[in-house]
Amino acid sequence: MNLFLETLVGGLLAGVMYSLVAIGFVLIYKASGVFNFAQGSMVLFAALTFVTLREAEYGFVAALLITLLVMVVGAIAIERFVLRSLVNQSDLTLFMATLGLSFVIEGLAQLLMGASVHELNLGIDDLPIALGSIQVSQFDLVAAATAGALVISLSLFFNFTRIGISLRAIADDPLAAQSIGIRLPVLWRIVWGVAGLVALVAGLLWGARQGVQFSLTLVVLKALPVLIIGGFTSIGGAIVGGLLIGATESLAEIYISDLLGGSVSTWFAYVVALVFLLARPAGLFGERAIERV
Amino acid sequence: MSDISVSTPGAVPEVFQVLERWRPGQILTVLLVVGAYVLGLFVDDYWFNAILIPFLIMALAGLGLNLLTGFTGQASLGTGAFMSVGAFATFNVLLRAPALPLPLSLIIGGLFAAAAGVLFGLPSLRIKGFYLTASTLAAQFFLPWLFNQYGWFSNYTTSGSISAPRLEFVGHDLSTPFGRYLLTLTSVVALTWVSWNLVTSQVGRNWMAIRDMDTAAAVAGIPIAFNKLAAFAISSFVVGVAGALWAFAYLGTVDSRSFDLNRSFTVLFIIIIGGMGSIAGAFVGSAFVILLPILISRVSATFFAGAIDAGQLQNFQKILFGGLIVFFLIREPNGLIALFSKFRRRLSQWPLKA
Repeated sequence: MNLFLETLVGGLLAGVMYSLVAIGFVLIYKASGVFNFAQGSMVLFAALTFVTLREAEYGFVAALLITLLVMVVGAIAIERFVLRSLVNQSDLTLFMATLGLSFVIEGLAQLLMGASVHELNLGIDDLPIALGSIQVSQFDLVAAATAGALVISLSLFFNFTRIGISLRAIADDPLAAQSIGIRLPVLWRIVWGVAGLVALVAGLLWGARQGVQFSLTLVVLKALPVLIIGGFTSIGGAIVGGLLIGATESLAEIYISDLLGGSVSTWFAYVVALVFLLARPAGLFGERAIERV
Repeated sequence: MSDISVSTPGAVPEVFQVLERWRPGQILTVLLVVGAYVLGLFVDDYWFNAILIPFLIMALAGLGLNLLTGFTGQASLGTGAFMSVGAFATFNVLLRAPALPLPLSLIIGGLFAAAAGVLFGLPSLRIKGFYLTASTLAAQFFLPWLFNQYGWFSNYTTSGSISAPRLEFVGHDLSTPFGRYLLTLTSVVALTWVSWNLVTSQVGRNWMAIRDMDTAAAVAGIPIAFNKLAAFAISSFVVGVAGALWAFAYLGTVDSRSFDLNRSFTVLFIIIIGGMGSIAGAFVGSAFVILLPILISRVSATFFAGAIDAGQLQNFQKILFGGLIVFFLIREPNGLIALFSKFRRRLSQWPLKA
């Protein structure tokens, strides 16, 4: 029983890390209908910038602020040079553009800051804490708390500020939103900037966990099943989906891997998501599109 | 053809009558195919191995995906997985039933890929758009894992990659670069011809109706489920044959690692850069995607050799490749093939401005 509980809790906490990446997707998808594959590259870029600054003896806060600035400048550049020219193109074209973008960002990150693996120490010990009868990693708890704080502040931001309300208007109907004077390019810059911030947070936590290296870009692939389950348009869904995926994945790793004779972690989340989709085609919290001819 | 004089039937030999009915596009296609075969007589092994064979195989994979994505509107990221099914199935057929002729083995391999396509295409009956795209990733991660995990598929070789059996057809050895080129080219020509006939027939029109708006297509009486699954099956068949060729005619080894997610992305690039819903587009796109990295590395090696180290050069190439993709998407979202048709329209109206 203890093994089960420990696996479950460990999985749930790992799931929060997946959610963190998924939230970046949701933000951009909601605002511009772009399925941003470059989110993983942004995670790498942010983490690499931060680590490089830290290694150049910058303070923690200074490095954080400079990285954030870099991400915002990047967001503005992306809006100016890529998105603006691709308005009204098909979803697939936009998706491919972000794929091209991810090549550029990855190449740029490694060109400027090298391809070696960097240690990232956030000053949080990865020690197990006893929680009742089970052991939980302290680092995972901090990660979960960070993600929780991020989600709450994002929800407040999008529900109660002017920008957040305009954003929801755009998500609802871009044309109508523009016609009442909402400036699409400005909002896109803001959203990509916020997605950059989310990428930074995800990059720091993931980077501290497994070192800042190229494989950070692969966290995208962990976030996709989360998105399928939670729905592409719901931040809350990203959290719930992350928890579900994290928990089932760790449990499957313990209980199913033995049956099949090998690690199932590469694909199990996708199969869970697939089964899920058959029951709920728009994910848990996704908006069900009404179709008209 | 626009002569008003009454031509007496039988005055022109029948062969020329057939030729007269052909449109310029068809004549050009025949010339290209003949030219491709003739070209094989003149080029050296480097051209076969590094350029022509991968170009043709990736064009075939692009063609297969185009049937599904460009014509039926179901975007898939499982192309690499369906290629691997074709490769492993063909390998096992060649291994376990060596008496079968090579073309039949390829077809059986393709049929297995088609079955996998139908299986992983089932979600398309319930979901669409990016949800479907993301769920095809299940195939992309599950199938290569399956082939890696269970030794039976790779005949229990320890290294995980297996050398391809000898390729031969009615006694002729096809293992030379020229032989592999002939095998690839013939398969590509045959499948392109079949695909062309499919998309210009009732099936293709059904697919395009579903792509443009499936609800409307259903109202018009087109069986959606059957046509979507048929698209998955036929597309995966073509992709599976491309995978088998990739393994046997290009790499010479069957390795699930060569069919990873990047392979799927490459094929998707091919149809988007070349042109969605265009058969010629798959070829143009493949030329772009296969040749551009070679060109970039050649050019940069000539100019910056020694000045920059190899790792940095690779990063630079990556940036350039990604940047060019974005550039072409912005310049011509309908693909390079749209550039060609624009150019042709200009030419036909010259010297008038379009």
